[in-house]
Amino acid sequence: MLSLLTVTALAVARLDQLFAAVMLFGIYSLLSAALFVVMDAVDVAFTEAAVGAGISIILMLGALALTSREQRPVPRSRHWIALVVVVVTGAGLIYGTLDIPLYADPNAPAHLHVAPRYLQQSMQEIGIPNVVTSVLASYRGYDTLGETVVIFTAAVGVIGRLGVATEGRIEPKTGGLEHYLILRITAKFMLPLILVFALYVQFHGDFGPGGGFQAGVIFASAFILYGLVFGMENVTAVAPPVVVRSLAAIGVLIYAGVGVVSLLMGSNFLDYNILGHEPTHGQHLGIFLVEFGVGVTVAASMISLFYAYASYQREK
Amino acid sequence: MIRTQLPALQVVIPLLAGPTCLLLHHSRLSWGLATSASWVALFISLALLDQVLATGPISYELGGWAAPWGIEYRIDEINAFVLLIISGISAITISFARTSIEHEVHSKHVYLVYTGWMLCLTGLLGIAITGDVFNVFVFLEISSLSSYLLISLSRDQRALTAAFRYLVMGTIGATFILIGIALLYMMTGTLNMSDLAARIPSVSDTRTVKIAFAFLTAGIGLKAAVFPMHFWLPNAYAYAPSAISALFAGTATKVAIYLLLRFFFTIYGVEFSFETMKLDRILLPMALAGIFVASTVAIFQTDIKRMLGYSSIAQIGYIVLGVSLVSVTGVTAAILHLFNHALMKAALFVALGCVFFRVGSVTRDDLAGIGYTMPWTMGAFVLGGLSLVGIPLTVGFISKWYLIVAALEQQMWWLAGLVLISSLLALVYVWRVIEIAYFGTPGDRSTEIKEAPATLLIPTWILIIANIYFGIDTSLTVGVAERAAQALLGNAS
Repeated sequence: MLSLLTVTALAVARLDQLFAAVMLFGIYSLLSAALFVVMDAVDVAFTEAAVGAGISIILMLGALALTSREQRPVPRSRHWIALVVVVVTGAGLIYGTLDIPLYADPNAPAHLHVAPRYLQQSMQEIGIPNVVTSVLASYRGYDTLGETVVIFTAAVGVIGRLGVATEGRIEPKTGGLEHYLILRITAKFMLPLILVFALYVQFHGDFGPGGGFQAGVIFASAFILYGLVFGMENVTAVAPPVVVRSLAAIGVLIYAGVGVVSLLMGSNFLDYNILGHEPTHGQHLGIFLVEFGVGVTVAASMISLFYAYASYQREK
Repeated sequence: MIRTQLPALQVVIPLLAGPTCLLLHHSRLSWGLATSASWVALFISLALLDQVLATGPISYELGGWAAPWGIEYRIDEINAFVLLIISGISAITISFARTSIEHEVHSKHVYLVYTGWMLCLTGLLGIAITGDVFNVFVFLEISSLSSYLLISLSRDQRALTAAFRYLVMGTIGATFILIGIALLYMMTGTLNMSDLAARIPSVSDTRTVKIAFAFLTAGIGLKAAVFPMHFWLPNAYAYAPSAISALFAGTATKVAIYLLLRFFFTIYGVEFSFETMKLDRILLPMALAGIFVASTVAIFQTDIKRMLGYSSIAQIGYIVLGVSLVSVTGVTAAILHLFNHALMKAALFVALGCVFFRVGSVTRDDLAGIGYTMPWTMGAFVLGGLSLVGIPLTVGFISKWYLIVAALEQQMWWLAGLVLISSLLALVYVWRVIEIAYFGTPGDRSTEIKEAPATLLIPTWILIIANIYFGIDTSLTVGVAERAAQALLGNAS
């Protein structure tokens, strides 16, 4: 699978056809996701599949629709500079990996220092079976708050650059695809399933792979599908751009708000223990709320990005 | 209770203010909120510095989880000082920003500027305060993404290419940093800084740890615009809105330099960085080349903001030079210059913001005779410029003094001489502006140009007065810088 990955990466680098390159990126992500599954990192695989192979492809296609499908030729001299940088970096990386612990070595430092406590005590300390969620949302919950802010920042960036029609309707250049019967019926059939699946991923993150990030992306993809097939007019009627954008901010505020509440109750920022009658109960509540905040921000940010791409066409 | 929660509040207040600015969706209200949040952050950082100086380093466990399992905030002399620099510059420049931003940014985007500003402040403060390397990366992403946005919001279309170039370079830098962190985690199993410092010596002879060091140095060097990795900086500063240039010049590269100090001294330790890796032998020539090349290029710039951008690269050279001497005095000079350069560059960019507000351009020719039509603004620029050159009674002099003393301590007479000669280059590029402003023939429009409004002049002069005050009374700055340098170097010896 690694060799397939390399082949795909090389193909992406060689291609001038950006449309095909984007498609290959999708394959690349899917391959990496499969690789993560093989390595038993299902949560990471899930994220890679949802984000890398799913939403980012849609967004890249959106960007292509605004620019061009072909790459402009780059002067030869620049190739050499790029090649030197890449070779030096690559050589450095290979040199660096010569001394790393072997894959799956039980004595590797990464398995011996902080990991044992996560694996053995998270059940008593936090009380949820998915250790990844425990680490992500509680032990290192502050990093996750940071990541949520990163996504929010990215959305604000695109909104600021491309602008979203704050009022009135967004009309796509070509019109929706609502005339295609098969597409319409399949989409209608898929939509509720996608939404329910997103909710399942959102609230089942404590037990199985999943959580706010993946759920948000899946939730957003339902709206994007609706927008693509039934036209921007319909989707903005369901989810007006202003509301969606505000939701992106509100999600961050929910997450940080949990921290502020725990602070006001006399404990440290994001210390969920104090939220409930007993520590694990508080942890459950805290994780539920912050994952909800993540889901809201991610979904709203992704939908905002889609709106931004779609509305920019009209302004031109 | 509030006192023990200050470390969290330092970052969380701007973090909450950012999304709220977006929700407010109103230029003036967003500005009001962002400005109050910025000033509150300044008071918190003052309180934290006071606490650190009185009782030693502060540790704060986020989520109530003890390090290294959870994320720790750890504040000692150096990052308390850096926090003060960031929040201080942000508070003053954002007070300046209202009038300036309304003039330089499309009215429908103004509230986004303050959203971005708060996010950027969150990111920068978050990098400076944390004791966890992955947390550094997360907040680095926040500050980087928001700075690309802030630059690109300028009305000047060239800002777009500048922001894009910054984005590409910044992303490469961030990826390098992430690779470095990942390699370190692989070898030590920890992300906590003091924990890393304790565990690295046992694996310090592996190639992985060494290559991680190289990736981190290159990545952070890119972010700090250390010569020759500076190409993104001049245009980014030149085409960004004036208040934003002032903010970045005073904070963004400073935080990156702080990170370098952290990795070199605290995490890897002096022995590894400077004896095993011989880093000083690379840093010294890079710093000198940066000082001379960038100062010379600055002389030939016609856009004054670009000129200041090149001057920043040269000033970063001085900071790196101080670090490369690996002595308490040298590092003191570097830390002092972090503070002092932030003050003078912010003052100069803000003064140019006043010029831009009235003249609509900051190219050399348009500044002809402006010393008489805008006396207060240009007066501020001249004083700031003198500080940049390093005239006595300004902060610039203090930095250079310590740098020269540090060079002489190691019998490097030639180095002290080079620092003095490079100051003459600075004198040349500052003089070229003064010359055109006071002795140039005014253009046709000069009669219409009036002095900048008080809302712009007051923050400008606060910065100028700070430049002179800290140039005379150095007890705070030198005292803190010296203690910070001793703490950094003391870890190893």
